[in-house]
Amino acid sequence: MTEPTLADAAPPPLVYDDKLVAGILKDVRTIAIVGASPNWVRPSNFAMKYLLGKGYSVIPVNPGHAGKEIWDQMTYAELGDVPGPIDMVDVFRASKDAGGIIDRAIELKDEKAIKVIWLQLGVRDDDAAARAEAAGLTVIMDRCPKIEYGRLFGELGWSGVNSGVISSKRPKR
Amino acid sequence: MTDDSKKPDGPHEFGFETRAIHAGARPDAETGARVTPIHQNTSYVFEDAEHAADLFNLQTFGFIYSRLTNPTVSVLEERLANLEGGRAAVCASSGHAAQFLTFFTLLEPGDCFIASKNLYGGSITQFGHSFKRLGWDCHFVDPTDPENFRQALKDHPEAKGVFLEALANPGGLIVDLEPVAEVAHEAGVPLIVDNTLATPYLLRPFEWGADIVVHSTTKFLSGHANSMGGAVIESGKFDWAASGKFPGMCTPDPAYHGLTFYETFGDFGFTMKARAVALRDFGPSMAPMNAFLTITGTETLGLRMDRHVQNAQKVAEFLESHPAVAWVSYAGLKSSPFHDLAKKYLPKGPGSVFTFGLKGGYEAGIKCVETVELFSHLANVGDTRSLIIHPASTTHRQLTEDQQIAAGAGPDVVRLSIGIETADDLIRDLEKALNA
Ligand SMILES: Cc1ncc(COP(=O)(O)O)c(C=O)c1O
Repeated sequence: MTEPTLADAAPPPLVYDDKLVAGILKDVRTIAIVGASPNWVRPSNFAMKYLLGKGYSVIPVNPGHAGKEIWDQMTYAELGDVPGPIDMVDVFRASKDAGGIIDRAIELKDEKAIKVIWLQLGVRDDDAAARAEAAGLTVIMDRCPKIEYGRLFGELGWSGVNSGVISSKRPKR
Repeated sequence: MTDDSKKPDGPHEFGFETRAIHAGARPDAETGARVTPIHQNTSYVFEDAEHAADLFNLQTFGFIYSRLTNPTVSVLEERLANLEGGRAAVCASSGHAAQFLTFFTLLEPGDCFIASKNLYGGSITQFGHSFKRLGWDCHFVDPTDPENFRQALKDHPEAKGVFLEALANPGGLIVDLEPVAEVAHEAGVPLIVDNTLATPYLLRPFEWGADIVVHSTTKFLSGHANSMGGAVIESGKFDWAASGKFPGMCTPDPAYHGLTFYETFGDFGFTMKARAVALRDFGPSMAPMNAFLTITGTETLGLRMDRHVQNAQKVAEFLESHPAVAWVSYAGLKSSPFHDLAKKYLPKGPGSVFTFGLKGGYEAGIKCVETVELFSHLANVGDTRSLIIHPASTTHRQLTEDQQIAAGAGPDVVRLSIGIETADDLIRDLEKALNA
């Protein structure tokens, strides 16, 4: 095995303004999770459950599970099969597969009224992101919406995570 | 600074002093209470059965039971993560408990790690003896040359981490962090820094490549010697998967229904695992009252540390000029071999815990600690009060004389922790003892 070093660990980390991320999480209502797993210990299953609990409408997309439900939501084989509009596509697939999903989302952009493409923690494809942005989509990569929601709306601090939020305003419940 | 940051509503980095008071501590949502309430409470009512299941599965964030999380303790956790510039923190009942949580999360039985030999005596005993009984081996090295860490990692390729005190207890030694972090990363292992004596006000190890910081919050962070406590903080930058040495972080964990911590929680996966497995199963949680006192302590950290280092500099200069004193090991003195490292890593001052040697040896050391009146003769550091101890007869007593000398705690050594009293009063008290 060659000795891995952290210095090799590829492109610089992505930085997103808190206001941009909070705005997305406030505006979107329908999220299609590509790669949603029915197995409850998988991160995609965690995120789906959490986002449902926060009032989003979440649609699982997973060809291996199409026609069956995850957390009472019908699963579709691919984005084009999802009935109705999709505000945000959340991709739980390896970086090498992300580009194809992004291109499909670009094709469906007008038909499905897609506004945001979100790639999960550890998932990143800068070229595909540039294509999506050129098509007018907002792209977030290498983040988890569950974690960002918790961080920006106060819950993540309960687990000792540094939210970076400094405020003497009384939080709204 | 970008131009945006000059606009009042543009992105802004709050200063250390502001964060020391505000980070993690918004007003209470229910009552508006401005000071963080003491949640002297063990358990939390679930909204319904589904909510309970989500909490137990870690599928939502929230409180179950105070062995795991408590709203007062979590304010301190977020504050310490913020002050260190880290991603997340978990508190513990003491500094030693924090070290235990760290290594239980990193190591399997039969694993080993490399540590500086210049550590708090209790840590040398914990690593060298008690950890052995759990099947964890520690190999100690002289930290003054970063190459020693490289050699140790070559000799022990199965090692899973490097541990050191950047500003070492008991005395005056500073480790060149940057090259040691490089050496650790080349070997694919995290650098763990005990930042107790410096505090994040004087030194932020993450800025120099450390991956995990541990604290005894018992010391300067709480600051008033009224609360035991510890903390583990992760930078969020260590790639547990690329390293290949941490299957416990990157493969399904049988202690948590097959959850994979790194994949699920990403850059705070280490903290989640330290909490959800080590803290859950061994139980050394911080008490809410101690968290409250420590939160209050951190609010004045910058002010106190400035005075601690000012006073330490004055006392060290006085001792250096006294005929009964053989040497003073304080990195703020030009005579210290660590003076340049101090300027690089601790530009605000190299703390206020240091040692000096008495020409009269062991006997003179005992006499000195027994003669002072204002200094308290006790085994602690990082109090508002000035403290004195003779390590060879107390904290480092369990070590052999060779180990004592190696740890900077030989028979002639006296350790001081300079408080924030009036400096002249401290000098007067020591002068009386040295002349006695
Ligand atoms: C540098 C350092 N690390 C760790 C500890 C252990 O902390 P605690 O006593 O809170 O367990 C101490 C205590 O003296 C210390 O000085």
